[in-house]
Amino acid sequence: MNIYINGTGCISPQDTAQGGPLLAAPREYEQVRLATVDPDYKQWIDVKQIRRMSRVVKMGVAAANLSLEAAGITLPDAIITGTAYGCLDDTGVFLTKMVNQQEEMLTPTAFIQSTHNTVAGQIALLLGCNGYNNTFVHRGFSFENALLDAIMILKEGTAKHILAGGMDEITNYSHQVLSRFGIYKKAPVKTMELLNSPDTGTIAGEGAAFFALGITKDPGTAAELTGVSTLYKPLWEGEVIGHIMKFLEDHHCTPADIDLLVTGRNGDIDQDEMYEEVAAALFPDHAEASFKHLCGEYPTAAAFGLWMANAIIAEQAVPEAAVFYGHAPQKINRILLYNHHQGTHHSFVLLTAC
Amino acid sequence: MSEKVWIAGGGVISGIGLDVPACIQSFRDMQPGMAAMQYLPSVHRNTFPVVEVKADNATLANMARMPENISRTALLSMIAAREAWQSTGLADISHYRVGFVSGNTVGGMDKTEDFFPDFLANPRGGRLHQVAHHECGSITELVADMLGIRHHVSTISTACSSGANALMYGARLIRNNIVDVVIAGGTDSLTRFTLNGFNTLMILDQQPCRPFDDTRTGLNLGEGAGYVVLVSDSLAAQLQPWCRLSGFANANDAYHQTASSPDGTGNYLAMKGALDMSGVQPQRIGYINLHGTGTQNNDVSEGIAINKLFAPHFPAMSSTKSFTGHTLGASGGIEAVFSALAVKEGIIYPNARFEHQMKELPFAPATTFSTGHDLQHVMSNSFGFGGNCSSLVFSKV
Repeated sequence: MNIYINGTGCISPQDTAQGGPLLAAPREYEQVRLATVDPDYKQWIDVKQIRRMSRVVKMGVAAANLSLEAAGITLPDAIITGTAYGCLDDTGVFLTKMVNQQEEMLTPTAFIQSTHNTVAGQIALLLGCNGYNNTFVHRGFSFENALLDAIMILKEGTAKHILAGGMDEITNYSHQVLSRFGIYKKAPVKTMELLNSPDTGTIAGEGAAFFALGITKDPGTAAELTGVSTLYKPLWEGEVIGHIMKFLEDHHCTPADIDLLVTGRNGDIDQDEMYEEVAAALFPDHAEASFKHLCGEYPTAAAFGLWMANAIIAEQAVPEAAVFYGHAPQKINRILLYNHHQGTHHSFVLLTAC
Repeated sequence: MSEKVWIAGGGVISGIGLDVPACIQSFRDMQPGMAAMQYLPSVHRNTFPVVEVKADNATLANMARMPENISRTALLSMIAAREAWQSTGLADISHYRVGFVSGNTVGGMDKTEDFFPDFLANPRGGRLHQVAHHECGSITELVADMLGIRHHVSTISTACSSGANALMYGARLIRNNIVDVVIAGGTDSLTRFTLNGFNTLMILDQQPCRPFDDTRTGLNLGEGAGYVVLVSDSLAAQLQPWCRLSGFANANDAYHQTASSPDGTGNYLAMKGALDMSGVQPQRIGYINLHGTGTQNNDVSEGIAINKLFAPHFPAMSSTKSFTGHTLGASGGIEAVFSALAVKEGIIYPNARFEHQMKELPFAPATTFSTGHDLQHVMSNSFGFGGNCSSLVFSKV
């Protein structure tokens, strides 16, 4: 059974919500924390509700709606999300009040909206969707697990259309804490120069990307979601290389069949080493595109990467802003998306043009 | 669907026992675990009874063979997951393709809330190791790493149905030949965050909770962890599995972020879907382990949905939360173990403190512990915030 990406939606630090050619006017930043470019959320959400919703809920609902609209679907059979951090803003609000007010006189709104399944629940509520509803919260695998769950359910034949997506937000608290772990650059860098940075650290990002997956293709469908795989804590680069070979073999292809490699390079010289090793071993002459200089680093950033890869297949061209190396062939038939998060969570998605 | 998925064993740590035999003994002795807070520091200490695991972190760390300063959520998870594995008769974990799928809602919040006062006073304050495992997924990885599991690790957070959804995803991983064995369930520790959150919703009972009783006024929070070990057909043939996970379904109530719809739409769809997958007629279910939190809203919605699906042949049913409290992300895992064991041993668990018939319902829960029943099929319900409703069906063969 083939599984198709029939519609996509993305809210990110780029102008991805408004349609038009992919990254026609890329936004360049010179900061270590990127924020989403927010569309007019009133298109999808009642004004009264918007005020109560945190950013991650709004961006999730918006990206979900964009993908359904693109696929021409009003009611999916299932909704599956991935988020590593969940609803950080409401968590921070409730925690702060709990500490400052010594556990007294607290109100429920922030607590209710702090649970990790808030976005998936809100989408179900807004669509009136009684179908399967799940939320994965496993760090750099959150989005990939959501995709895998969707693929397994579609293969069972009990669902025809599944909405799957990944999202994470940055808050002031989370950025302060994550910065203390030393994972970001010490000084601002120009984002278009990030991937050539000579030192460690990356930039923080956020966003939401959703995919309307189906078992039949529509006239507007560009790509088939051929496969998804994850690799947890590989012991050395040889294990990653072996895993990719096996993954490609499972889907009846070899590195020679890959027309474009899309990688999760994030400008941290230590972390990007793995992409170098993999490219040198398996894809030495392949064109490579990257995306984290556009959306920043976060555990579900691969959702942005997949959104971009799908658009590249649809347009049959790699936008200048995404090129890392080489020239993609005239016909972009297969894309391998390889991402790793902090060297521990490696994921692989194979897309094939329809 | 090609392959059957079996339950090869299970492990539980809860406020009524540090392992499965101790929990069963508490049911047998009619000893619920509600008490005043002993380990969680909170201003509500003397207001709300809770069902704490009766051990401090040092004791739990010793049992788990993990450092004492890591999250209690991970310590509880480790203890129950190890018991689950050891109950199966499977050999060394490295011999198999194993997945670990764990649900939780609080992650390392027990440590984060200790970190926060210092951090609020000064953004450079608070010790970083206290937030190193804040993420839900980090708790799962601490345990997976300790057990030596690498083939597939995942964490699910769908509020009170997290543990049940972990079993569904785990079963699918086996059916899709991604792994051969999955330790699936959930864990959660008590935190001030959840205690105060549920308090703002005004659904905490100041007395021991009374699920499915007409006078019920809310739930008691509990903590713990529970895991089953799911195995493929081929592995089950080499073992003596407890029973089979024959059906499961997840539906969304799509009614309100925290409240259940009055007619229990999501509850009905989850139970109906699980029965449909198992191919079992409602009258063949011998026992239902209810979600049964003890809130006004849950018990009436769940009861109405059961009435619609099962009338006039009502199985025996009970809420084991009347003993363990509501263990949130762990509850689906803990109750899956109790339900699987019910099939294996013919147990019907008691519903403590039931006295007054709910006027909306034509049935009442079981109130005494009994064994020796011929239970061919048992259902377990887990419903939660965000409209997430899940049901599992366990069958003898």
